Amino acid sequence: MTELAITARGLTRRFGELTAVDHIDLSVEKGRIFGFLGPNGSGKTTAIRMLCGLLTPSEGEVAVLGRSIPAEAEKLRLEIGYMTQKFSLYTDLTTLENLRFMARVYGLAHGQRRQRIDEVLQQFGLTELRDRQLHAMSGGQRQRVALAVATLHRPTLLFLDEPTSAVDPQNRRDFWEKLFDLSEAGTTILVSTHYMDEAERCHRLAILERGKVRRDDSPQALMAALEGRVVEVSGSGLRALREQLMARPDVVSAAQQGSRLRVLFDEETTAPLDRLQAAAQHQTCQLARPNLEDVFMAATAGERR
Amino acid sequence: MNSLGRILAVAHKEFLQLARDRMTFGMIVMIPLVQLLLFGYAINTMVRNIPIAVVDLSGSAAARVIIEQVRVNQVVDIVSYLPTPQQAEAAVIAGEVRAALIFPRDLARRIASGATVGQWLVDGSDTTVSQVLLGLRNMPLRLDAGAPAGAYQASEPSFEVSLFFNPERRSAVNIVPGLTAIVLTMTMILFTSLALVRERELGNMELLITTPIHPLELMVGKLVPYTLVGLVQVVIILGLGHVIFAVPFAGGLGTLAIATLSFIAASLTLGLLLSTIARTQLQAMQLTVFILLPSILLSGFMFPYDAMPEVAQWIAEALPATHYVRLVRAVVLRGAELHQLSGDILWLCTFTLVVLLVATARFNKRLD
Ligand SMILES: Nc1ncnc2c1ncn2[C@@H]1O[C@H](COP(=O)(O)OP(=O)(O)O)[C@@H](O)[C@H]1O
Ligand SMILES: [Mg+2]
Repeated sequence: MTELAITARGLTRRFGELTAVDHIDLSVEKGRIFGFLGPNGSGKTTAIRMLCGLLTPSEGEVAVLGRSIPAEAEKLRLEIGYMTQKFSLYTDLTTLENLRFMARVYGLAHGQRRQRIDEVLQQFGLTELRDRQLHAMSGGQRQRVALAVATLHRPTLLFLDEPTSAVDPQNRRDFWEKLFDLSEAGTTILVSTHYMDEAERCHRLAILERGKVRRDDSPQALMAALEGRVVEVSGSGLRALREQLMARPDVVSAAQQGSRLRVLFDEETTAPLDRLQAAAQHQTCQLARPNLEDVFMAATAGERR
Repeated sequence: MNSLGRILAVAHKEFLQLARDRMTFGMIVMIPLVQLLLFGYAINTMVRNIPIAVVDLSGSAAARVIIEQVRVNQVVDIVSYLPTPQQAEAAVIAGEVRAALIFPRDLARRIASGATVGQWLVDGSDTTVSQVLLGLRNMPLRLDAGAPAGAYQASEPSFEVSLFFNPERRSAVNIVPGLTAIVLTMTMILFTSLALVRERELGNMELLITTPIHPLELMVGKLVPYTLVGLVQVVIILGLGHVIFAVPFAGGLGTLAIATLSFIAASLTLGLLLSTIARTQLQAMQLTVFILLPSILLSGFMFPYDAMPEVAQWIAEALPATHYVRLVRAVVLRGAELHQLSGDILWLCTFTLVVLLVATARFNKRLD
């Protein structure tokens, strides 16, 4: 059995009437990239804050790296790194000043400090930007600084809360390369996102919606489970067809993508291709490979109905 | 060891931010400067140049001598000579003059018999002004009772004798040292009350509390740069006060430094406490004003402590500014020594310690 970096049982957080995180169970294996996928307000940030010991859970038990959270959160400070959703470094300081400040706060030994700072500057391509104040940087550049800071003290567990929300696709890919490097080196990473392409890169994924974990598996397994339930329709009159399909009880979702309509059937439906062809006589239908979007739609269907 | 390193790291970071924040940096210098000039020049509790009218019904030489003496003391400015008391009264009611001095026809006889020589018609609607004029009332009578000409040179106004440390009654002498207490209360509490709230609002706090930093380290680290700021402000106020308003400096620099440091520490920690209470920068500012107003009104800076009702005195005792107003006046104006001031200094140090501990306890490394 693989070792677990994080276990959570029945983790819950209420804000007054609202239950932001609702009895979630998590098992995050060491050395893996674990993803939280969910729309805004689904409780990703709240869950991460509880796992870091920043928020006290209303209910439930959490163990991070073998320690009970939030009681023993202080003992974990050197072992975890946290990249907040809202940019949290000092924008009126330069890259180097931010790194130096955090290195001293983390208590890195004097001799070790310079060496380690040089190392992360190099690792994240920040050498050129070392003397620039952060307010004069692009989203992607700031993101790299934030990741450099989060990994400065060589944490074994990294929490990244929507790290790429202010980053363009190219920089996003580069950012993920860095994450894979870190993962390769043994760091456990918990990352939240609302991008499907990012979610697909995770080793394991928990789909959150309204504070609940709807699915929890590897992206591949999640997609494979939908095999045979997704049909693509091409042709004309798709808008009208969509209206018609959405009203049917056996259709989970119908979403237009360019000149195609992507239709997801529910679990009980047998032979969806034939059923659809019967409804769409002037269009061509074919089975499609399920993607994460479909997984997400299927996972959250119960709530929308 | 690590702890000291972290405190220094926070202090260094604050310095860098302070140095780059032109607005705050400007405020550090401008607040004491503006307040000094404002209180030194504009708000002059010593009344001068009150416009008055004179009605001389006697037309005698004695009247002219008395008028001349009234004029030279500079408290009043004779703006008109009117023929009748009725016109003088009208001028007072119209607000053209604050008072009128009337000499009766039989002035010479009155002087000889020692009776009242003249009458002041005073506008009582401004109590400060009327008080001054009431004080003035007695002056010419005494001077001229015996020998009308030149007698005022020999006579001694009674109030000079009773005022030890500010013989000319210049208000700047009294106001400038006290002003340091007000400016420090304003800036020290404001800066630190904003310090934590700003980090919370900008999101820095969420990262900071996931580090091993202890709240006390964070607090102390933040106090260091502002302590220096406070010292700079005191130097500006007392230095310029000495140069511009000739405020004397009777005491020792070391004594002043110790008194000032203990007050700065008290104000800064009070600010930190406020910033653990305030949720937004606006709230922090409102809380600062909440402390600042009683500090201005009750500390003895504006109104004498001894004249306040007992309840006001209790409140005043709880304010650090009250203790510092006492300390700074004692050192600067009376040249008091450290051992004579130990009560107030000890109070400030105790206050600092208690408030710092409360603030630290209130600041938990959680978001909820
Ligand atoms: N401090 C808070 N007080 C009250 N409600 C909150 C607080 N933090 C989050 N929430 C609410 O909890 C829900 C989940 O928020 P969040 O965890 O930030 O979601 P996500 O990160 O997935 O966008 C939202 O409805 C949000 O408004
Ligand atoms: Mg979030």
